[in-house]
Amino acid sequence: MTDLFELESLRGSLDHCVKCTICETACPVSNVTPLFPGPKYAGPQAERYRSADAPSVDASVDYCSGCGICSQVCPQGVKIAEINSQARAALKSETSVPVRDRVITRPTLLGRLGTPTAKIANAGLRSPLLRAAAERLLGVDRNAAVPEFAGRRFSQWARAHRGPQGRRKIVYFHGCGTEFYEPWEGEKVVAVLEHNGFTVVTPEQDCCGLPLQSSGLFPDARRAVLKLARALDSHLGDPETLIVGNATSCTLMLKREAREILSLEDDPALKRVSERTYDICELLLELHAAGELRTDFSELNETIAYHAPCQQQGHGIGKPALELFALIPGLEVREMDARCCGIAGTYGLKAEKYAIAQEVGRPLFEQVRASGAGTVACDSETCRWQISHNTARASVHPIDYLYRAYGLGVR
Amino acid sequence: VSRALSYDAVVIGCGTAGLVAATRLAQGGARVCLVAKGYGSTHLAPGTIDAPIAVGAATPTNWFTDLVASGPLPGYTYELTAAQSLPTAAGALKHSLLVPSTQAPGALAGTTPGVAIVGTPWLRDFQAGLCAANLQVAGLQTRAIEFDWRLDRADANAVHVAHRFDDPRWRERFCDALGRLLSADEQLVGLPAVLGLRDPGGVHADLERRLERSVFEIPTLPPSVPGMRVFEILRAALRKAGGRFVLGAEITGARRDSGDRIVAVTAASAGHDTVYEAESFVLASGGTASGAIEVDSRRSARDRVLGLPLAGLALAVDDQQRSIAAPNVVVAGACLPAESASQIGCSESMAITTGYRAAEVLA
Repeated sequence: MTDLFELESLRGSLDHCVKCTICETACPVSNVTPLFPGPKYAGPQAERYRSADAPSVDASVDYCSGCGICSQVCPQGVKIAEINSQARAALKSETSVPVRDRVITRPTLLGRLGTPTAKIANAGLRSPLLRAAAERLLGVDRNAAVPEFAGRRFSQWARAHRGPQGRRKIVYFHGCGTEFYEPWEGEKVVAVLEHNGFTVVTPEQDCCGLPLQSSGLFPDARRAVLKLARALDSHLGDPETLIVGNATSCTLMLKREAREILSLEDDPALKRVSERTYDICELLLELHAAGELRTDFSELNETIAYHAPCQQQGHGIGKPALELFALIPGLEVREMDARCCGIAGTYGLKAEKYAIAQEVGRPLFEQVRASGAGTVACDSETCRWQISHNTARASVHPIDYLYRAYGLGVR
Repeated sequence: VSRALSYDAVVIGCGTAGLVAATRLAQGGARVCLVAKGYGSTHLAPGTIDAPIAVGAATPTNWFTDLVASGPLPGYTYELTAAQSLPTAAGALKHSLLVPSTQAPGALAGTTPGVAIVGTPWLRDFQAGLCAANLQVAGLQTRAIEFDWRLDRADANAVHVAHRFDDPRWRERFCDALGRLLSADEQLVGLPAVLGLRDPGGVHADLERRLERSVFEIPTLPPSVPGMRVFEILRAALRKAGGRFVLGAEITGARRDSGDRIVAVTAASAGHDTVYEAESFVLASGGTASGAIEVDSRRSARDRVLGLPLAGLALAVDDQQRSIAAPNVVVAGACLPAESASQIGCSESMAITTGYRAAEVLA
């Protein structure tokens, strides 16, 4: 990766900024706190004062949650969130990184430790005393939503699982949320794919590096994503083979963020993986458009809320989950239009940012409560945990409804 | 690898023109997908319509006002009145035809003996002193009132302040403080257009009740809260009509059949392009300001979106707004040449008229 390329792709884009302020209208963080002065100010404006050999000009960029909405709404194509992400990493490289940020950004490590000791670990996560201690010692807010370890790993199930021989192969990237916390989501993804004639291959895989990247730990994030890319790429020999994932922020990391933000555009394995990776709902909608999706859905007489996470919107594919829901008879869907749940991966766990994250998410929580919905469909696991924690409603991946409407749960 | 998504119509751009065209098409029963690189000029526009909107015998004015009235902001309406002069942020008087209910009382500024123009130094995009002084030059009896609104931030923009006005407790404190500063002969109060995003009609009514005076909004420098409301209203109408909305996806190419027709466009989604096939397309990508029409230093221009031929700095179209080089592409909004002198001054009028008409042409 040459500096010149970086200049062209990210920094270069700031020349397109016309200071229209549209990003400022959409930023969930700067609209609730003055600690983050906004994407335009921290991004295209401050960037002009940053240079490689000079110290960071402004520490406020650490309060950007990295949701990416600014880049999505920018009419001029300025890579605002990506510029800010790199500025945050530069800032972190000048200061000491808290132990917390080195711990909570490693889901694979946490999962390996927590899974065999799930009962004790979960009791610890529920203990107000230990959470208070963790807040004091680590800076993980005592009230923040944290998931419970499932006590088993999805990959164990996948290794033992013998699915039917399908017409075509697909590579499944399940991510850490499915591996350690919600293995049942992965089982449903596999069932839906097999129902539609796929042979599902689940390579051994670790974290994509997104939490490390969003906390500014770029060298570690690069190592993680390249290791994952190698693991997935080794299954892409057939040019028709695709990768599919249900962790929408992690698939976005593979598709684009790692290449752009971590300056890994030149890695050939990551490039192949990036081009062939699909979000599960994106893939199923394209199959449907081609007449290849089974539509033997039975009725689901439920009212649900749907929240499209910021990172899902970062794919630039609209909300394919809504189109899929529309195929299920009886299913009433309330589309939430509040932008962000606030958690932004690990942002809302951090004690100094917890209150901001809660304020960001408040309009969404209010909408969910007012919607009359029993459950909340949402494509990202950290957002689901945040929504459930704050609305006392179950939150599941959109695939759950397809799985049930196909009748796969009652076999 | 990619499988195409397929629609009756694909609309490119989510400014007013694109949203109007997509909503009208979807309301007519078409399967519509709107694809946009980013937000359009709505977020910068003052929310007023200053030139007539008419499409032959059709009445998009009523359609638009009905849409607003039945939209997500109850109590916030647009009404067509005879041409009225409203104060701008710079203290000029501007003619408008169609204005939101929160701005409409501004038409009384010219005939009311005492008009207070209220601002705060912490909102730099609206200078009450400048506005009031210039209105005085125009013969109005105005006074500027500036005080600390307790925004808790030194760099507020209009959107930050609008969130404050959405909070009833904050609003109550604001009205108490302002009430003490207003004199008895000031019966009309002009505020920057920041009276909330969630329920501006309710906020406006609440202020009039608490202050016991008529209150009107004055559009600010960008970002524009009234423009954002137009976006939210149109976005909700498109959703209600069943249209899809894809944001953050720049058009990267177009595929033609053996003739002139465009049969598909590709959009840059993360990792790979997504292909959108359609019977017809509406190009509402904006003009030179949005960057959709690119002009180089030699004043040579090109359509960056679909590569269609231009006439000057606008798309070359026939009398039905169809591209002269692709009969199934209808053009709307700022990438069209202004149809008449009256429209040149009002891009919103142009956007609604031509967006509405694009849907008629394709119906």
